[in-house]
Amino acid sequence: MTPFYTATDHLVLLPAIMLAFFGCAILLLDHWAPDIMALFRAANPKDRKWLLPVFVLPGIAFTAYTLWRQQSYLAASGATDIQAFQGSLVIDGFSLFFNWIFLIASLIVAIVSYRYLDIEGEHHGEYYGLILLANSGMFFLAAGSDLVTLFIGLELMALCFYVMVGFLRGDRRSNEAAMKYLILGAFSSGFLLYGFSILYGIGGSTKLAAISEAMAARELDDPVLWLALITTAVGLLFKISAAPFHMWAPDAYEGAPTTVTAYLSVASKAASFAFLLRIFLGPFAASREVWEPILAAIAVLTMTVGNFAAISQTNVKRLLAYSSISHAGYMLLGLVAGNETGLQGISVYILVYTFMNLGAFLVIVALRRGNLIGDEIEDLAGLMRRSPGMAMLMLVFLVSLAGIPPTAGFLGKFYIFLALIETGHYVLAVIATLYVAVAIYYYFRMVRTMFLDPSAEQEPLAGSFGLRLAGVSAGVLTLAIGDYPEPFLRLAQTSILR
Amino acid sequence: MNGVPLSWYLVLSAILFSLGVAGFLFRRNIITIFMSIELMLNAVNLTFIAFSYDLRQVNGHIFTFFVMVVAAAEAAVGLAIILTVYKNRGTLNADDVNSLRF
Repeated sequence: MTPFYTATDHLVLLPAIMLAFFGCAILLLDHWAPDIMALFRAANPKDRKWLLPVFVLPGIAFTAYTLWRQQSYLAASGATDIQAFQGSLVIDGFSLFFNWIFLIASLIVAIVSYRYLDIEGEHHGEYYGLILLANSGMFFLAAGSDLVTLFIGLELMALCFYVMVGFLRGDRRSNEAAMKYLILGAFSSGFLLYGFSILYGIGGSTKLAAISEAMAARELDDPVLWLALITTAVGLLFKISAAPFHMWAPDAYEGAPTTVTAYLSVASKAASFAFLLRIFLGPFAASREVWEPILAAIAVLTMTVGNFAAISQTNVKRLLAYSSISHAGYMLLGLVAGNETGLQGISVYILVYTFMNLGAFLVIVALRRGNLIGDEIEDLAGLMRRSPGMAMLMLVFLVSLAGIPPTAGFLGKFYIFLALIETGHYVLAVIATLYVAVAIYYYFRMVRTMFLDPSAEQEPLAGSFGLRLAGVSAGVLTLAIGDYPEPFLRLAQTSILR
Repeated sequence: MNGVPLSWYLVLSAILFSLGVAGFLFRRNIITIFMSIELMLNAVNLTFIAFSYDLRQVNGHIFTFFVMVVAAAEAAVGLAIILTVYKNRGTLNADDVNSLRF
């Protein structure tokens, strides 16, 4: 009889405990806030700004500390992974890499939301609580190695996002986005769960390791294996918004509050990718012959839909939604190549994508003021004259999103292309390269508007300190990863799932 | 299994699941769409229970409880969101909720 809850279990679970504890504490404190404010005789009892420095930042700092402890424990043990809860959770380079990305994304989004929520007039404590709880769900997606843990992690993350997307209760667009996201998200979870139930039947266990062995023992033309593959893959592809399962993404991205869109496009996508890689490189690894051509076709379709639909968009958030769909296509190509370079390429791509996409949304957040939502392309007009700093940052992010050196976006694409050529997928490499040209067109349409078009307003943007700090950090990192890639490549090397 | 073979349960759950998917695709009322999703989840529960009984294991039973809990949480969040949509628009027809389209 193995002990029920060991010290290792505790160490492995600690980041999720920290995030859930601080998340729940914020929810409770928000409920009691009027009494607390009365106790301190606060001038403005509706104010919730104090939650950020008093609870959110310490919560993220404690979680970072526990992640760092895990990392040093893993390094000291010399093993490739540490199992906990009889193999339900696992700490390896993969889960640590992704958990750092989620935590950084949460930090950036939290400090940027500070002023944005005030402008929207919806500054509630729940928002920060939901960010931390969503992050704890993502922890389980990256570290789970059991169907139950992965499912609970996915739903914890998704439920928090449904609420956050609909956070502007009086706004019709926000409601509608939340509803579409919820309905399609729940639908895809249904498919995923059906796949999981078949996988459980095949493996006789909910552990990924046991299911992998049972799947490897099956014939490749077994209809049960196909049923499990297809239903699970449909659910997973919905989550990463790959075509033809991408319909929810543009609506959810456009309607959600911009800070939530930033979080959704970066953290949720990275977490869903971690989930997808855990399943495809675990239970599905042995049936690679079956899914590789299907996935290649889906990747090409995703890039086609994402890039061509982005051309005709006039709303920046919707445009970036389509561009993020096409980025998911590039990341899938890394999985299609499937060699070490390809998997490293996915990690590099996700790291780079996190900073450049968050950065681009931060500039859109800065455009929000008074009655202006600031998410139309015309709202960017004359930005160079109004706020040269913001315009230069946006230029860096857009150039990086397009994949032009010396920015980080080039590095991500380079590794994906390299992996495709190494594994002999020449046609896919050519198609992917051609789509970069399409992408340059619609990204540079925004650049042209920023630099050449005259602006109706002359006033500079009024970004908060947190927003400027986050924007500059994301910009510096985007340039740094592109120019000094070695440390980041080493980091991505450790994250390969073996 | 008391004379009823495993495959019967699996076929029944596959039929239920397909009915849920069909309801999701062809119904236009948001509440009905939501109920179709619940039907899909219940079909999944049936598969889990059937496999779990066949394998003489308890894992599948426990998974079912997790699915039910998540379905309840999803219904709570979902109905709240549907309620705000109804308050802002006064309609629950999925075709009328379409301001986010280019």
